[in-house]
Amino acid sequence: MTVKIYVPRDAAAIALGADKVAAALDREIAARGIDATIVRNGSRGMFWLEPLVEVEVAGERIGYGPVRASDVPALFEAGLVTGGDHRLCLGKVEDLPFLKEQTRLTFARCGITDPLSLADYETHGGLKGLRRAVSMTAGDIVKQVTDSGLRGRGGAGFPTGIKWKTVLDAAGDRKYIVCNADEGDSGTFADRMIMEGDPFVLIEGMAIAGLATGATKGFVYTRSEYPHAIAAMTAAIGIARQNGILGASVLGSGKAFDIEVRSGAGAYVCGEETSLLNSLEGKRGVVRAKPPLPAHKGLFDCPTVINNVISLASVPVIMDKGAEHYRDFGMGRSRGTIPLQIAGNVKYGGLFETAFGLSLGEIVDKIGGGTASGRPVKAVQVGGPLGAYFPRALFDTPFDYEAFAARDGLIGHAGLVVFDDTADMLKQARFAMEFCAVESCGKCTPCRIGSTRGVEVVDRIADGIEPEKNRALLADLCNTMKFGSLCALGGFTPYPVMSAMTHFPEDFVPGPVAEAAE
Amino acid sequence: MNVNVAVGENARRAQAVIDGLKSLEGPLLPILHGIQEEFGYVPQDVLPLIANELNLSRAEVHGVLSFYHDYRDHPAGRHVLKLCRAEACQSMGGDRLAGRVKQLLGIDFHETTPDGSVTLEPVFCLGLCACAPSAMLDGELHARLDDEAVEALVVEARR
Repeated sequence: MTVKIYVPRDAAAIALGADKVAAALDREIAARGIDATIVRNGSRGMFWLEPLVEVEVAGERIGYGPVRASDVPALFEAGLVTGGDHRLCLGKVEDLPFLKEQTRLTFARCGITDPLSLADYETHGGLKGLRRAVSMTAGDIVKQVTDSGLRGRGGAGFPTGIKWKTVLDAAGDRKYIVCNADEGDSGTFADRMIMEGDPFVLIEGMAIAGLATGATKGFVYTRSEYPHAIAAMTAAIGIARQNGILGASVLGSGKAFDIEVRSGAGAYVCGEETSLLNSLEGKRGVVRAKPPLPAHKGLFDCPTVINNVISLASVPVIMDKGAEHYRDFGMGRSRGTIPLQIAGNVKYGGLFETAFGLSLGEIVDKIGGGTASGRPVKAVQVGGPLGAYFPRALFDTPFDYEAFAARDGLIGHAGLVVFDDTADMLKQARFAMEFCAVESCGKCTPCRIGSTRGVEVVDRIADGIEPEKNRALLADLCNTMKFGSLCALGGFTPYPVMSAMTHFPEDFVPGPVAEAAE
Repeated sequence: MNVNVAVGENARRAQAVIDGLKSLEGPLLPILHGIQEEFGYVPQDVLPLIANELNLSRAEVHGVLSFYHDYRDHPAGRHVLKLCRAEACQSMGGDRLAGRVKQLLGIDFHETTPDGSVTLEPVFCLGLCACAPSAMLDGELHARLDDEAVEALVVEARR
């Protein structure tokens, strides 16, 4: 029987040499005349083990990692095809604690299947949700999504079902489903992993959204920085079209739905939904004032559902296993699972899907294993460049939308960036302002001007110029930006700035030289 | 007013890109991406052609072009090296590595080496945040970079 050897095609695995490993495996297979085939799967999300090579032996997947191309001949000598022992052997992949402790609903197939094999997708439970949706009324689909408690995974946490209901009820002969795949937050890669590792689940989720709202056209707006995701999504959409999942009659339902992939052009602000819509229309990515809501007047002024990749990719399992199955995970008003992305200076970095409710400390210290540098953790930025820096003192905060908001933070798209004790929090606060200045769309004054003034004020604090007065000025400026900005870019930049200043005041005190000069 | 309009071969190449994409909904970004792929940058004299085809003013096309970081108004070096400058890479010493690369190339961000071999650009996140720091050289990704790895990248880029 042909042995299957898996080597991820995920961009991070490739960045760590997966293509070279696959080529080396290919050479050895040919040279040794072994009956084996290489499958390019998605990533399991354990990036410290990438490239992670897996071999299927008697129905079990045995892992080896991190593998370098130069390790490949020795792996064959050690009996790779029969799961032979080697210093890189990890045993059964499913038994690795990092995977075993997860609840994989949205990422159930990611890293297991060939992302572009529709047969694989169906064998592992794919299309069941869409088949069920086809047999239901639009209203019932919306109700099931509402009942699941699913909230927008892009960061805002708005209930997905309510958004869909608004579009379903909106009058319009043309409606759109827009997938926000403009994953620009540092520390996040869940959208990328789904698009590269299980693109059909996103297609299925978008098709369900189409059936639920009467929309016939979908767009996946992603980043030019994600060429592998663009290629995988485009290929998967083509396959879905050939197989009647997309097109004039979705799975023979008589209802049309098709999807197009669009690439952004390097503007962070286009992750903001109204800016994204302008960009899709071919305009400058300037934020729109709300109302009107995109659900009423969105893309080309038509009723539009705009959802994050993970929100849409979570819909198929909700339709398949039921609203209750999903809702039973989680805490408070944060229902279901969340793909945590543990990143930065961390020992075990990767994607960890779990029910809401783990404490920040459990995530960073236990799952992440502390820092990669081995130094103490100083701060964790949660929720991307617009998220707050959390000190160890707040490590008891449970991972939940409301719990983070109560501590002047946000969970955002669930990215966590760990910093060790060498981090200078004043520098991080300056960066937040600088980033906002570079990426501001320019429409509103607090964001456009405030961010530039913010950089200057932080610099004055660093230079020891009237530090007390300038710290108060920075707090006042943050207040203006928070309440006066049109969107989350200007409105949330104060989170990293204020959290850095509040939790790490020692970094905002000028050095001894500057003090002496006063 | 500068009203240079592409003629001859350039106009033909630009027109082919526009014709292939103008039937899309919201075609301007795809067209600009296509033009940049074709020419390596977006030549100013192509803007009137795009404007005319999409029934926009040249100023509107210019406004869109200048809003997005990706589009260039002049050719880049033979190789483009993008270094991630976002937080996850910062936490793993990205700033220090960026300093090293600038020193090795003798240029700052947004600049091209005098021999035209490398353009250095910042990028805010390549989605490789659990294996930082990262970079992209001519579309190829590189992660978990250290001094040795960036030096190898610079050598490769200077070729």
